[in-house]
Amino acid sequence: MVKTLRLLLVKFSQSFLDVLPILLVITFFQLVIIQKPFPHLKETIFGFILVVIGLFIFIQGLENALFPIGERLAVEFAIKGNVYWIVLFGFTLGFATTIAEPALTVISQKAGHIAAEAGVIDRAKESMATYVWGLRLVTAFSVGLAGAIGVIRIIKGWPLVIFILTGYSLIVVTTFFAPKEIIGIAYDAGGITTSTITVPLITALGIGLATSIRGRNPIIDGFGLIALASLMPILFVMFYGIFVFGPG
Amino acid sequence: MDELNYLDIIYDSLRITLLDILPIIAVFAFFQWGVIRKGLPHWKKMAAGMGMVVVGLAVFIVGLEECIFPLGTSMAQQLTDPQFVMSDSPASNSLIDGKRIGAEFYIEVILFGFLIGFSTTLAEPALIAVALKAKEISTGAISTLGLRIAVALGVGTGVALGVFRIIEGSPLHYYIITGYVVLMIQTYFAPKFIVPLAYDSGGVTTSTVTVPLLVALGLGLASNVPGSSPLLDGFGLIAFASLFPMISVLAYAMIQERFFSRVPDSAMK
Repeated sequence: MVKTLRLLLVKFSQSFLDVLPILLVITFFQLVIIQKPFPHLKETIFGFILVVIGLFIFIQGLENALFPIGERLAVEFAIKGNVYWIVLFGFTLGFATTIAEPALTVISQKAGHIAAEAGVIDRAKESMATYVWGLRLVTAFSVGLAGAIGVIRIIKGWPLVIFILTGYSLIVVTTFFAPKEIIGIAYDAGGITTSTITVPLITALGIGLATSIRGRNPIIDGFGLIALASLMPILFVMFYGIFVFGPG
Repeated sequence: MDELNYLDIIYDSLRITLLDILPIIAVFAFFQWGVIRKGLPHWKKMAAGMGMVVVGLAVFIVGLEECIFPLGTSMAQQLTDPQFVMSDSPASNSLIDGKRIGAEFYIEVILFGFLIGFSTTLAEPALIAVALKAKEISTGAISTLGLRIAVALGVGTGVALGVFRIIEGSPLHYYIITGYVVLMIQTYFAPKFIVPLAYDSGGVTTSTVTVPLLVALGLGLASNVPGSSPLLDGFGLIAFASLFPMISVLAYAMIQERFFSRVPDSAMK
């Protein structure tokens, strides 16, 4: 009991240390550079406590649920040995987590307004809704595709560099042909697909797969799914822009 | 009154986190029972763990959004305010009217960008998760803290450079394409085992903590810096923040290999 308590205390102080730099930076700038007292000192301290507690609870859940679930499933798939199911799983997971992503909803709506303002699509509500839905579908599809390709890569043991190099080259070339209005949104779309819950799950899954398949190295083959998932949406949202707006 | 307000906000944040996790649970449940056709062992422990993930993340986000982000945003506003920027220069107001102010007057803002990028990345839950895994599978050769500091230095440098770009008003793609070239050269020379992890750490940093703060900083800057527009210059910090960690993690591994020559056992196989 005392041992468990001590362990919890160590983990809790770890969370405190994780957040401490933010507090130091903010205090330094407020007192030394801006040279004014804190505007809402009580709220800030309360918020700091919430952040430490939240991080502590999240990491406990991470070690008890997110990691083991991701790993177990990967091992089961590897035992089952059916490639199609694993690839379908990679696609579905990418698609489902992205289509429900709140940040994507916000960005798509912003994109809808920009498109309507530019006069590319009708200002009517329906055509804007269609455009926004199209954008969300395309983004989710591209992350699903990244999941599927990423899983195939792990199974086959293909080097990640080739995929990244090809992806970046395609992005650079497409940027020249894409309409100006879509480029900013496309580059932003790459960052929003990797949420705090998805990242640990996908990481555990990739490493689990690479560990269970003979001849794969967990470090070299296990990582890389997140890199693909942040690359694909950039490309596909630009494709969508070219399709809707016409080449820029 | 105040307590009630916080309960409301926590409830709201819980709802959003749940929405985030529902499709994941649905996909996993379908494949676990529909395809693998086995019950989940220790499912009670797992369910409790999932509950902790949702509650922990919700509480974390409330603390950030209600208490730390408003302060960070108001700081960014104060630091970029032309009056503040020019306060220690003798040629005060004549320069402000519609003209750009040189980057040398913005040292405080650039430093703020670096430090806030660095410190928020250290607290990023998704990065902590990836660093824990990396340590586990490299049998300790990739240290959790080392990787996190490398990524945080990358984000800090990226944000500082992004802030500099907004002040300068130079085009984003020059920086990004240069970054890609540097990245490719590094990839060629860096130890092979670090490359996939380095690429992953670019996507990891753009999660819960860093993105909202960067958006606020970028918009604050672009609306306050004379001669720059929020629409054209305001964004792009996220692109910087996901490019530079890849460069810094590769650099970290190269330095480690050069001076300490520690390569993880599992990479030797």
